[in-house]
Amino acid sequence: MVTTIQKILTIAVVAAGTMLTRFLPFIIFPEGKTPPAYIAYLGKVLPYAVIGMLVVYCLKDSFSSGHYAIPEAIAAVFIVILHKWKKNTLLSIGAGTALYMFLVQNYFR
Amino acid sequence: MKKKAFRAAAPYTLPICAGFLFLGMSYGFLMKSKGFSFIYPMMMSLVIFAGSMEFVTVNLLLAAFHPLHAFLLTLMVNARHLFYGISMLEKYKNMGWKKPYLIYGMCDESFSVNCTADPPPDVDRGWFMLFVTLLNHIYWVTGSVLGALLGYAVHFDTTGIEFVMTALFLVMFIDQWEKTKNHKPALAGLGCSAVCLAVFGSGNFILPSMASIILCLLAGKKRNREETEEKEW
Repeated sequence: MVTTIQKILTIAVVAAGTMLTRFLPFIIFPEGKTPPAYIAYLGKVLPYAVIGMLVVYCLKDSFSSGHYAIPEAIAAVFIVILHKWKKNTLLSIGAGTALYMFLVQNYFR
Repeated sequence: MKKKAFRAAAPYTLPICAGFLFLGMSYGFLMKSKGFSFIYPMMMSLVIFAGSMEFVTVNLLLAAFHPLHAFLLTLMVNARHLFYGISMLEKYKNMGWKKPYLIYGMCDESFSVNCTADPPPDVDRGWFMLFVTLLNHIYWVTGSVLGALLGYAVHFDTTGIEFVMTALFLVMFIDQWEKTKNHKPALAGLGCSAVCLAVFGSGNFILPSMASIILCLLAGKKRNREETEEKEW
């Protein structure tokens, strides 16, 4: 069981990590210093890769245990199709989540 | 001066208002459904103010206490901020007392508006960017609190609500996929993580994923350069 203090510490650590990523460039490159090329390169490509990693992170439990794998696959395919079609972020997230909840509550208990 | 800047800034933030209220509410509601009081999403939205990481933090709070893992995961998920910062070095210059808050509140949406918006020349840029950042911060915290409060009032089966995070990242992935022709970084992210998940299991795959993604990307850069050099020959 995770205690309240541990929860607060985790939140503090996440906040500190977030702030580090936001403030670091301004600390390393004060007034007109140019960042090296590989940093600029990572800046361009890393966001794409990290979102890919987060998708896997979200689906990790069904990958490894098979629990809810079918409803997750159905809802994910539904979101991809709906989003390609309507290109409406909120609609895709809302409808996709609703479909998943409907599936796990009614058919995949 | 402030009024004028506020009037110029507010319209830019309206679409973000809708998005943040919806996502913030889903986040607050998710937190409440996992047994957290509304204080948690409120404080987290206030101090972390990084939507995707807050969703990930829900899982961190439910799993065993592991601060180093939490810290490294935060760095990786939020690494993109480093590059926002690099892009904003010039724009946030000479902002005086506003600068620390502008950097503190530099979430994806504040960054994209402050980086691209062109306020009229008679509007003070510092106040404009401050209001963009502040309004977004307010929308996000408000959304999270409303969502959590809704969780107290409404009682229905919330099984599966956590899929909202998967949906969010999936949609972001599709949006990014369609924005670029070079799909290698996205595929490297998916591929490295999937391989590491298979090899290390769901409890330990994040760190090796991060390391292999960075190596893959840097190797890709080197190969790209060699290819272009060969073409030049």
